[in-house]
Amino acid sequence: MNKTLLIIQREYLTRVKNKRFVLTTILMPLLIVVLIAGTTFLSIKGKDERKIAVIDQNGFFKGNIKSTKALAFEFPEGVDTSNYLQKGYSDIILIPKFDSTGKMNYLIRSKKRISITTESAISERINAAIEDNMLQTAGIDKAQLDSIHQQSQYAELKAVEENGEGVKESSAGLSYGIGFGSGMLIYITMFIYGAMVMRGVMEEKTNRIAEVMVSSVKPFQLMAGKIIGIGAVGLTQFLMWIILIIGLTTAAQAFIPHDVMEQVKTLQQANGQMPGGGMTQAGDAAQQIYKMQHTFSTANWPVIILCFIFYFLGGYLFYAALFAAVGSVVNEDPQDAQSLMLPITMPIIFSFIIMTNAVQDPSTPMAVWASIIPFSSPMVMMARIAYGIPGTVPYWQLGLSMLSLIGGFLLTTWLSAKIYRTGILMYGKKVSWKEMFKWAFRKN
Amino acid sequence: MNKILELSNLKKYYATQKAVDDISFSIEKGSIFGLLGPNGAGKTTLLRMITGIFYPDSGDIRFDGKTFDPENDIIKIGYMPEERGLYKKMKIGEQALYLAQLKGLSKSEAMTKIKFWFKRLEMETWWNKKVEDLSKGMSQKLQFVTTVLHEPKLIILDEPFSGLDPVNANLIKDEIYGLAQRGSTIIFSTHRMEQVEEICDHIVLVNLGKKILDGTVANIKQQFKENKFAIQLGEVPASLTAPSFEITDQKAHRLTVKIRDGYRSNDVLQHLLQQNLTIEAFHEVLPSLNEIFINLVEGTRATSRAFQPVNP
Repeated sequence: MNKTLLIIQREYLTRVKNKRFVLTTILMPLLIVVLIAGTTFLSIKGKDERKIAVIDQNGFFKGNIKSTKALAFEFPEGVDTSNYLQKGYSDIILIPKFDSTGKMNYLIRSKKRISITTESAISERINAAIEDNMLQTAGIDKAQLDSIHQQSQYAELKAVEENGEGVKESSAGLSYGIGFGSGMLIYITMFIYGAMVMRGVMEEKTNRIAEVMVSSVKPFQLMAGKIIGIGAVGLTQFLMWIILIIGLTTAAQAFIPHDVMEQVKTLQQANGQMPGGGMTQAGDAAQQIYKMQHTFSTANWPVIILCFIFYFLGGYLFYAALFAAVGSVVNEDPQDAQSLMLPITMPIIFSFIIMTNAVQDPSTPMAVWASIIPFSSPMVMMARIAYGIPGTVPYWQLGLSMLSLIGGFLLTTWLSAKIYRTGILMYGKKVSWKEMFKWAFRKN
Repeated sequence: MNKILELSNLKKYYATQKAVDDISFSIEKGSIFGLLGPNGAGKTTLLRMITGIFYPDSGDIRFDGKTFDPENDIIKIGYMPEERGLYKKMKIGEQALYLAQLKGLSKSEAMTKIKFWFKRLEMETWWNKKVEDLSKGMSQKLQFVTTVLHEPKLIILDEPFSGLDPVNANLIKDEIYGLAQRGSTIIFSTHRMEQVEEICDHIVLVNLGKKILDGTVANIKQQFKENKFAIQLGEVPASLTAPSFEITDQKAHRLTVKIRDGYRSNDVLQHLLQQNLTIEAFHEVLPSLNEIFINLVEGTRATSRAFQPVNP
């Protein structure tokens, strides 16, 4: 059997058979699901309920302000700042008489400090009520106003993008999510698997296996075998996660009541409209599920997944070779590794920062160039691809980025191999970056 | 062609030193060859060139009559480096199998050979143990097995006995003899001169990157003999002087004498017989390799060499 293949096999199997690998592979998606479910649950259940007493000098807000369970406005008699707590209110709002300038300051007193979201919710509702008041004084009667409110609730923004022959629905929120998620995933995996390569090389060097190995295989085969083997471990982990996540969501769907699923199905067939001219309304839950599924379907998943795999592998290969080079020059002291790693981790962290900007605004020159240069392209390009090909990312940019990444990792592998070859057989000497450069660029 | 390895004018220069500076020698098939030298003499560099890990800057290596081709010849060589180790987390059996396969054996071939050697060296029960559970001596044994497993034509052992107890050292020594008898050639590199004297047929001594001694152990000893004889007498007279020899050392009835130039051992014996002294023993004292080694290396700043700049 081919020697490199043997090395790949060993690197792969020893890691995949490891208990820690099995555990993280299974626990990670579970953890994510629990985290999402937990935050959703908390955001629904955990909101503090506030019962607010409103002392209104104008007598207008009663009946005109929207009151909900989480944020209840009441207009009791005989409550003031001295006794609202005893009467069972959490806060008290004092609203002075409207003055003609339209400016007004009102006050809220509470025992428990109010959160920023509650604060903005309160001011939003008060402002809406004031606006209503102004509209009414301008001559619009209450019935009209109510019907206007009713209708405007059904307006919804639908974004579409130019797509060759026609238009295609798109969702900025989803693009953001995909872009950020995949960029983040590449960032994390680059560190995890890059460090894994480095530790593997260090193990071989400090345990003095390297010389035994290079008497049977070429140093390059040893390095390449390790990098490819660990890359395969990473791919396996992704694949398992995708399967687990699909499995878990399918399992979760089983908990949705049957009639809700039926409604979702009819919504899908009718393209979002309930048959019967909107007379029969689908339930809230069904609407939400449909909306989620519909939004998800606007993304071009096959392209995104293919690009993700490409950029994950490309980015991994680009940096793993550098990590291997660092591992090969480190002696027993892990502190050396820390300082030598810095020039590699800096561009990764820097790319991450560019990525977080690119995902908000994917067409700035900074984002475009960062998505082409191989140091940062894996993360930044993933952030941009989520916004669509060829709308946001023209084909030439994608092609150039992919080619330069391939060229980039061939270059780093070639340079690292030269450092690695010298480094793994060098014991007891501290190596500087200057020396590593000398090794990398010398002939033969 | 009866040479397994011929080196001619090998050179390897590093930025700060001439690690190997124009070394040539050859090794007979089936012999046990000793490569000696103080620390930093260039032995490891030399061995790395022979094993194809480094390429020489200039010079020529011929392996088994043909120009050395590391790519293909590497499987005919077994190298146990001085700096050696194994994957700590790997099981012994898997480790041996992996290394054997990397040497080009098929899986089934490797299995048969591993089983043979494990049985021979009483390691059968180790299969599922991990390397980290082994003592230093045990892992040394495993290392030896993985070096010779693929029946290489040339076996290179760098300090093979370090960390072994006398029982296991003898076990490995016997295996080395056995391998040589079955046609393998062994290069043996060490600082332990008594082992070299015992095991090796032929030695080369390198110092400061150059070869300073080359020959069979017996020849070298003859070459460096100082015409010293040990004499044991029944009774030692108060004064014993003669033009043919001088006493260099005396312990009770034992004398060490150095024969002066122009005389033979028979002259000494004749003198003693004339004195009517009882001669209980009379034999030549040959220098030990250790003495020769120290004589040649001492004072050559060998140990401080690593810190010397190279003058071009």
